[in-house]
Order: sequence, then C-alpha cells, then structure tokens
Amino acid sequence: MTTVNLKVKRYDPETKESRYQEYSIDVDENAALLDAIIAVREYQDPTLAVRCSCRSAICGSCGMRVNGHARLACKTKLAEIAPNGETVTVEPMGNMKPIKDLVTDMTAFWDKVKQIQPWLRAQQPPPDHEHIAKPDAMMDLAGTMNCIMCGCCVSDCASLEVDQNFIGPAALAKAYRFVGDPRETEQARDDRLKELSKYGGVWDCTHCFECVQVCPKDVAPMDRILDLRRTAMEAGYQDNYGAKHSNSFAKSVKNSGWLNEARVAVESFGVDDVSAQLKMLPTGVRALLRGKMPPLLHHKRPGSEHVKRIFQEMEND
Amino acid sequence: MRYAYYPGCVAQGGAPELFQAMKLVGERLGFSLEHLKEAACTGAGVLQERDPELGDALNARTFAMAERRGLPIMTICSTCQGVMSQANHRLTKDANYREFINQYLKPEGLEYQGDVEIKHFMWVLVEDYGLDRLKEQVKRPLTGVALAPFYGCYVLRPTSQLGYDEHPERGTYLEQIITALGGVAVDFEGKSRCCGFPILTMNRDNSLKMAGKHLLDAKGQGADVMVTPCPLCHLNLDGQQPEAEKILKTQINLPVIHLPQMVGLALGLEPRAVGLNRHITSARRFAAKVPA
Repeated sequence: MTTVNLKVKRYDPETKESRYQEYSIDVDENAALLDAIIAVREYQDPTLAVRCSCRSAICGSCGMRVNGHARLACKTKLAEIAPNGETVTVEPMGNMKPIKDLVTDMTAFWDKVKQIQPWLRAQQPPPDHEHIAKPDAMMDLAGTMNCIMCGCCVSDCASLEVDQNFIGPAALAKAYRFVGDPRETEQARDDRLKELSKYGGVWDCTHCFECVQVCPKDVAPMDRILDLRRTAMEAGYQDNYGAKHSNSFAKSVKNSGWLNEARVAVESFGVDDVSAQLKMLPTGVRALLRGKMPPLLHHKRPGSEHVKRIFQEMEND
Repeated sequence: MRYAYYPGCVAQGGAPELFQAMKLVGERLGFSLEHLKEAACTGAGVLQERDPELGDALNARTFAMAERRGLPIMTICSTCQGVMSQANHRLTKDANYREFINQYLKPEGLEYQGDVEIKHFMWVLVEDYGLDRLKEQVKRPLTGVALAPFYGCYVLRPTSQLGYDEHPERGTYLEQIITALGGVAVDFEGKSRCCGFPILTMNRDNSLKMAGKHLLDAKGQGADVMVTPCPLCHLNLDGQQPEAEKILKTQINLPVIHLPQMVGLALGLEPRAVGLNRHITSARRFAAKVPA
C-alpha cells in the first residue's frame, strides 16, 4: 500500500463556487488515479462527484485535468505521476462548464460533433453488393476511429479557450474520418470541406500540439486537422486567409530558400483586402521605427536553386 | 562547444536583435558557431501541412550539411527546433524513408545518414555547457528581477519526438536558467501554452486574445519581464502587444525578451548591445532593474 495525496478542485452547483480540497488515502502501489478518487468517495467523502464507468480506457468517461493537463484518470498510474508521494492536483476538464466537482457538462462537445454531421454520406441508393474500400484507405482512418470521445483534446484546446465558436479537435478529427472515407460521395466530401474551411473551422486551429499530447488513444487530432487543410486546399477551397498564408509561405521558400516575412504578411490577406492590411499597418510602422522591419528587398539564400529543384521534383512526383 | 548554427528565418528577419544577442553571447561563452547559410527554412509546420515529405526533404538537406561537418545543430528558435526534431524522428526511425528522401538530395551531392543531433540553445546551455559553469560566468546577476518563462509549443510538444524520455526536465530548463542567472522565475498558467502566432493572419482576434491572456497572467503573478526561446512567440507577445491591448481593452506593458538577451545581460553585456532597445514594448524599466 502507498499513501496518495490529492488536491481536488471541487465545484458546488448550489453556491456556484469552486474550492480546492485535499485528501490523503492509502491505495495499492499499482493503483490508477481513478482508484484513489473512488477510494476517497467510498471511504472518506461520499459527496465527491466523479464520472466513470469501464476503468479500462475504453468508455472515455473519466477525463479530467491532472497536474494541469487532461488525462483519463483510469489510465493514469499514480506511481508514474507521483513516484515520491507528490501531491496530485485534480481538476475538471477545461473548456467545459462543471456540473459538480470533476463532472463536466459535455453538451457543447456533443453539439460540435453533431455539427460536422458524423455519418457516412455514401452513394444512394446503395449498391447491390457491399461498398469496396481499399485497405490502405481504411487504415488511414483507423487512428481517428480509435477516438473514444473522452473530451481530453477539447479540454486543453488553446483555440477553444478564447473562442467557443471553434469546432474543436475532437469533432474535426471525426470530420476527417468521413472526408477520408472512400465511400463518401464526391459531393458530400466537397460540402464538408467547404464548411470546414469557414470561420471556426480547420484554419482556426493554432497548431499547438496540446491535443496530440493529451489524447489517450493516439488519435492525434491536430494531425487530422492538418490533413483536412491539405485536402480542402487540394479541393480548391483557397479563398480564405489560411490557404492564402500557406500558398504565400510556400512560394517564398520555394523561390528564395527562406521566409520573406514582409511579403507573406501582405499576401496572407491578399493585396486587395484593404481592411485587413490596415489592421496590420500599425504593427509594420512600429517595427520600422524599432529597426525590426524585415528587408523589403528579400535576397535569396545561397543554394536556393536546390531548394527550388526539390520543390519542383516533389510537386511533379 | 562547436555547432552547425541554424538561427532560423525570423532571427534574420523580423527579430534581428535575437541574432545580434546570440552572436555576442556565443563569443562570451566560447561557442564556435558555423552558420549554415545555405540551409532552407524548416517549413515551420506550414510546409509540412501541405506536403510532409517536402518538409522532411528540406530539413534532411540541412541535417546532411551539418553531418558533413561532423557537428550537431544548434538553433535559437523553438519552432525550428520542434519542426527539425519531428523531421529527424521520422528520418532516423525508418531507413527506407530516409533513403526515399535522400534521392532528392543527391543532385546536390548530399546524403543524410541519420546521425545529427539538433539542440536549441536552451538545451545546449543546460545539457552541454552546464548551469554550474554558466553561474561562474555571471557578471551581473539578475537579483530581484521576476522573469516569466514562456517556452513556445514546439519545444514542449509532442514530448515523444523531443527527447523528453532521455531529458525529462526539458520543460523546466527556462526556470533553471533564470535561477542560475540569479533571477526569480515566475510561475504562471500560460507558460507552456500557445502564444497564438500561428493564427495571427487567419483569426487575428483569437491570436491576440491568446497573447494578451498569457501576458496579463504573467504580469498578474508579478513578472517584471517575460523571456522566451521562440522568436515567433516574440513576434506576437512583443510585436503585437499594443494590438492585444486594444482587443482586451486593457494596458499590459510587459516587456518580452529573447533568451540570449537575458543570458547576455547577466554575462555583463550592455542592454543596447543585446538589442534591448529594439522591442516594441520598452524593456528600459526592466534593464534599469538589473543591478549594475
């Protein structure tokens, strides 16, 4: 047996106030965090609320923040996170309202999953026999199909923290599961990509790797979002700031070997987007006054012809 | 202490004070830095989302240049570090993939064999140079100065590709360096979060809200200054700070400096020499607080 020290953030729905409460409890040395929390509830404090079910990292019920990052409590070994009896801070998941203590309201989470229409829109009427899908294509989707909808990625998403309009990593990974499915019709795939290229969609992901880091099932939602960006651009959805930035960035590196910051800053909005350019103007003026303005005459890196060649060869392959 | 030096695009563009500071600090610490002037941009994650193999080819080309010199790579950009670490992870774990990528390097007479180590200056200071040795070099300790560390996503995540198994304390190096230089490391929630820069041109409001939130958080915890090893974070946290103030309708006024600038000051370099006069949010008050 070993003694575990927990510092739990508790939320009282009646007073709508949060506070931290500390517990010490003896558990088996191989115990998971969830075992310790359940032991606290069973033997010390029956008012402590926690949501859990399978205790095997399958149901996705026990997502919570552990020492500041989202994890499944049942998959978190205490011997790994507190080998020397360190106090473990446990809080409800972020980007969701608490219902009580460690139980959060996942209504917004499910609304976003519904928003991407999480069902296959295949050819209608269905073929006489089964749909034929190549194994490679389905293997590409296997990762996203591992998602157990626990909400850990949503909890720690930096974009959602400042804008609840963002569809978010879980729902976007789910969207890729259908965009990448060879049984979807071309029209359905196009409709999805068009929607996902709008405000709140794939281009609002800030590329911070939080969701990749915390996902307990290796779904790597951010990587799926990047797959969606690429697929959307290939499908022609390029009239947005994200695609414009990407195209300008690539053009700059291809032609000079490195980044032409001044030009990319302008082209990311489009030269004709006067309103956006005006918003960036004060930043440019301040940089100029501090001697930080990137040179307007951008020189090529020595050997940049090889960079251009690599671009061209890979584009042609 | 010899490295193939990869400063990255921003240190040679929008953050020239970083390049300037690293040059002087490198000389003080006795580093021999061989600038890889022919190396291309890492792709910063942008090229990788268009074509992962293209990104890996450009980075393999850089690694091959360092490998030919028999040197590890040192960078001063968190984003470059992360992108190069991820590329190196893919290129070293799969010889067939490396061979595939190498065919694009052959016309230039280059080949990457998978033996290059890539280290951010922050990692070099702790793991190669040593904090005890660094302490001995301090001429002007940062006594009484509260410094808020801000890492940048790419040197923190994903840990599986950034050498955290071998060096589990890499997520605390900034605090360790601050303490070694005599300063006080300020703990705040946002230190390992995203600065918002990657979406500055896609969703400006969200980007500025992220930057402003972390700046206010650090200031609320008593920081005199924020220090970052990532010039892209610096572009948002310092360069866009007046715009973040407008969005959040509040004054922030927290100077943000680069890691080599902080080290340089403690080594006795003059504030102007390390480019502290080139920040958008004035670092004058902070510089005055550093004991002479």
